[in-house]
Amino acid sequence: MMKEKLEKLRAEALAEIDSANTLDNLNDLRVKLLGKKGELTALLKSMKEVPPEERPAFGQLVNDARAAIEEKLEAAKKKLSDRYIMERIKEETIDVTLPSDRRMIGHSHPNTIALDQVEEIFIGMGYEVVEGPEVEFDYYNFEALNIPANHPAKDEQDTFYINDKIVLRTQTSPVQVRVMERGKLPIRMIAPGRVFRSDEVDATHSPSFHQIEGMVIDKHITFADLKGTLAEFARKLFGEDTKVKFRPHHFPFTEPSAEMDVSCFKCGGKGCRFCKGEGWIEILGCGMVHPKVLKMSGIDPDEYSGFAFGIGLERITLLKYEIDDMRLLYENDLRFLNQF
Amino acid sequence: MVTSFNWIKDLVPGLAVTPEEFRDAMTLSGSKVETITTLSADLAKIVVGQIKTIEKHPDADKLVICQVDIGTDTIQIVTGAPNVKEGQKVPVVLDGGRVAGGHDGTKTPGGIKIKKGKLRGVESNGMLCSIEELGSDRNLFPDAPEEGIYIFPEDTEVGADAVAVLGLDDTIVEYEITSNRVDCFSVLGLAREAAATFQKEFCPPETKETGVEGDVNDYISVEVQEPSLCPRYTARVVKDVKLAPSPAWMQKRLRSHGIRPINNLVDITNYVMEEYGQPMHAFDLDTIAGKKIIVKRAVDGQTFKTLDGQERTLDSSVLTINDGEKAVALAGIMGGENSMITDQVKTMLFESACFDGTNIRLSSKKIGLRTDSSSKFEKGLDPDNALAAINRACQLVEELGCGTVVRGTVDVYAKGLEEHHIPFDADWINAFLGTEIPKETMLSYLARLDLKYDDAKQEVVCPTWRQDLLAPADIAEEVARFYGYDKIPVTLPKGEATMGGISPKRKLERTARRVAEYYGFSQIMTYSFESPKVFDKLMIPPLSSEGEKDTKDRLAVPIMNPLGEDFSIMRTISLNGMLVSLATNAARRNKNVRLYELGNIYLPKALPMTDELPEERMQFTLGMYGEGDFFTMKGVVEEFLEKAEISGELTFTPEMTDRERPYLHPGRKADILCKKQRIGFIGELHPVVAETYEIKERVVLAVLDLPAVLSLQDKEGRKYRKLSNFPPVTRDISLVAPKSILVGDIERAIKEKAGEHFESVVLFDLYEGDQIEENHKSVAFSITFRGKDKTLSDEEITEAMERVMKKLKEMGLELRS
Repeated sequence: MMKEKLEKLRAEALAEIDSANTLDNLNDLRVKLLGKKGELTALLKSMKEVPPEERPAFGQLVNDARAAIEEKLEAAKKKLSDRYIMERIKEETIDVTLPSDRRMIGHSHPNTIALDQVEEIFIGMGYEVVEGPEVEFDYYNFEALNIPANHPAKDEQDTFYINDKIVLRTQTSPVQVRVMERGKLPIRMIAPGRVFRSDEVDATHSPSFHQIEGMVIDKHITFADLKGTLAEFARKLFGEDTKVKFRPHHFPFTEPSAEMDVSCFKCGGKGCRFCKGEGWIEILGCGMVHPKVLKMSGIDPDEYSGFAFGIGLERITLLKYEIDDMRLLYENDLRFLNQF
Repeated sequence: MVTSFNWIKDLVPGLAVTPEEFRDAMTLSGSKVETITTLSADLAKIVVGQIKTIEKHPDADKLVICQVDIGTDTIQIVTGAPNVKEGQKVPVVLDGGRVAGGHDGTKTPGGIKIKKGKLRGVESNGMLCSIEELGSDRNLFPDAPEEGIYIFPEDTEVGADAVAVLGLDDTIVEYEITSNRVDCFSVLGLAREAAATFQKEFCPPETKETGVEGDVNDYISVEVQEPSLCPRYTARVVKDVKLAPSPAWMQKRLRSHGIRPINNLVDITNYVMEEYGQPMHAFDLDTIAGKKIIVKRAVDGQTFKTLDGQERTLDSSVLTINDGEKAVALAGIMGGENSMITDQVKTMLFESACFDGTNIRLSSKKIGLRTDSSSKFEKGLDPDNALAAINRACQLVEELGCGTVVRGTVDVYAKGLEEHHIPFDADWINAFLGTEIPKETMLSYLARLDLKYDDAKQEVVCPTWRQDLLAPADIAEEVARFYGYDKIPVTLPKGEATMGGISPKRKLERTARRVAEYYGFSQIMTYSFESPKVFDKLMIPPLSSEGEKDTKDRLAVPIMNPLGEDFSIMRTISLNGMLVSLATNAARRNKNVRLYELGNIYLPKALPMTDELPEERMQFTLGMYGEGDFFTMKGVVEEFLEKAEISGELTFTPEMTDRERPYLHPGRKADILCKKQRIGFIGELHPVVAETYEIKERVVLAVLDLPAVLSLQDKEGRKYRKLSNFPPVTRDISLVAPKSILVGDIERAIKEKAGEHFESVVLFDLYEGDQIEENHKSVAFSITFRGKDKTLSDEEITEAMERVMKKLKEMGLELRS
């Protein structure tokens, strides 16, 4: 009698689950069947009507029925929720070509980006990045660099003067002297910074621009080391295929001195409008630190030697980004800055 | 510096290279060639022709038909030139030839091709051409007609190459000579370099003895009162002067250097100046009073008329050349009108002197007159060259037959230059260059430059014209440039390894960049110097007022020689560059602009400037308009200071007078403090200042003084705080506060009193209006507590809240009912 009741309940329950078509229906069914006051629970409570010897077998039957119902409920629930998800997905299609909700990250100045690259290359080679004052003593800017008073180079550089002894530095080279004077050897340094010359503003001139000075002082430093270091730098900055050419030049604080050209990175050296048909682009000035400069800074030129170089940062920036007017760098139009 | 390639080849006869090969090799040996210009590049098939007959064109009034003898043939050419006559010798472009440009002097790159054809029905087999069509001009060919065909001298050979006859078969080489190589500002100097570069023989002109008649001392005496400013003065006299045009070869040379031929005497001085790099001057001796030359300083205020007709005012720093009565020339700069050579000259005085370069440079600057002569002297010339040059000039006078050179030279020679002796050590040079060049090879390079080697003393002896050679490193350079910089090996420095890196200051700047850019600010760069008017634009009170903080901004370092008032002081405040940049963007209608700058301000230690450098302080300046407001900017500042890892609590205080930060909106400004130190400020731009800068939008600014931030950086670095596993408890309180009480102060009071379990306080509501008592505001905070090692009890929290409320009541706040 109880057994039939159970069978009937089980069959009806499974059928009801099959026909349930919402999660709420399923939940109601779960309560109705398996809840504290549910039908199956009620049946279990009426166990006492079953003869004691049949109770274990009946109990087993009830449990089987319960398991079957639960399993069926679970399956139905999964099926229903899958169907819901599929329905939701259908409604949720978006137009992926709509404009993005992009966060506006700001931009570094192109000079800074170029400087970062230069710094990274030299830091990788063991160079320390140092700085010196922009308003500088005449002594450091000229005299200690073997440019004595009345030297024509002083005129050539169109210096801004603060007073007899103080100038706006015309080059980053005074930092060389300041670092040498610290007396800590060996030295491998670069010194980026702002420099000033009294040039009127035009497409290729600015009274304020940037240089990156570099210097290595150690025992047995050779001109060959200078060539190797700067060739390596050029390859890292302009690409592995870059060739370099050193031409003799003159700077009062280096001897021998040179200018370095790199093969045009637009045409690879064949000659194009960018390199004015020459295939080469002038990049920097360099040389072996003049023994007089070493001596003035308290370094024994018989024991130590070194090389130094100076790079025009704007020159690198303008070349790198093919900017044709230097004024753009100081105008700060966001439409310009946002391109980098 | 320019030279004619032909001139160089004359002095280095073995030179058999193309102009391009010359350019490349000279550049690599140190005489940088900037450009090479082949004068005949656009000229082809142009010969000297003689016009045999001229007939009228049957159908055109302005055209004539010429039969022209071109040596090998006679051809018919139709021309419209107004100046042709029978018998004249003219340049003829043959069929298939090319000319450089038009009559008006405009040049056509690649030239214009000339073909035979018919002009109004009459056959024409070429073209007669003007000097402009040949690519030159009347300045260099003064004998060319203003309009029409160039006419050759009668003795010109018919059928000859017209380009060669005119000296246009040349290439002009333009060099960039460095200031140390004074000797290379001459054709001889560059020819010597060329000979050394190509390992060919250098053949300078041989100067023979000149002057057989008379005695120069009967004509002139020389007294140098300032030997330090005039180490050498040489003078020679030419009598029975016969002015005439100089010969064609000399005219060609001068033209190739862009110098207009004038007459034999002037041309000789110019020729020698190009050849030797030694400026000379010629006086009409009959204008020289007292038969004497005195070299002395001018008197302050003295006036002098130079030969260009200008009246010049001098002072005692200017060196003058005088006769027995008056000044006759500005030494090394320009002669006087009173003694210049005219067509009537009979007897002439040549001056070839050496003047102090620095003095000439400064005088020329002072007088505002820079000439070919002064620009040569200011480099510092070799006194030995002065005598060589004057003798060369006299030799040319004799060769050209333009007068009789008087015997002898007046030579007042105070002090010559010394030959430098420099120790030579081949091993040291190789170690310095990183090369293995044999000693003999090195010495062969040096010998090519006329540097002698003293084997006994192991010294290099340098000629006087190489004053730039002073030390072994200089000799190493001479070796390196003739060995070839390109042949020197490529190595990397060996030796002790060094650690690369950047300073804490630069790291902080990188943090600033990172945070600013994350918040959408882009980096700008502006000038370090600006106009003193900036202080007025920023409404900074005049200095005289009280000595308050901001008036000190007016104490700026002035530049002695600025580019103009707009760039005349070093900035003491970083706002102007930012505001100008914002204004530029606003004017160009860029929306939502956010900019930042990392740049120094310059604070003098004392004014007027002493011999102490000003303090340079790096400022992190932020400016924005468009989306966002004061609190957006405040967030950026807080984020930066957090990432900068400063230790100490940050406060924003509006407590300042209207005279402080006067460029900011009085109700929307704050100083940023940490550990009682002002590290910057933030605020909205004062509407009046915004109007001055013509910015119509609300601008928010912040400036952080990076040295101050750096000094507050937590030296210990960040340390981990244990995460609590216990739940937080949050209590909300709603308060009514007098309007004058700042939320920041309330928050600080809460933090102070909430006790050890306090975790955070968040303002979640702020209201002013109808439901609130006048001059009051409603503020509501969520206060969160959390135990580090236990779950907090109700009692503990209630106790903390009571402490907080007690304090808030003291401050005048009430719980909102």
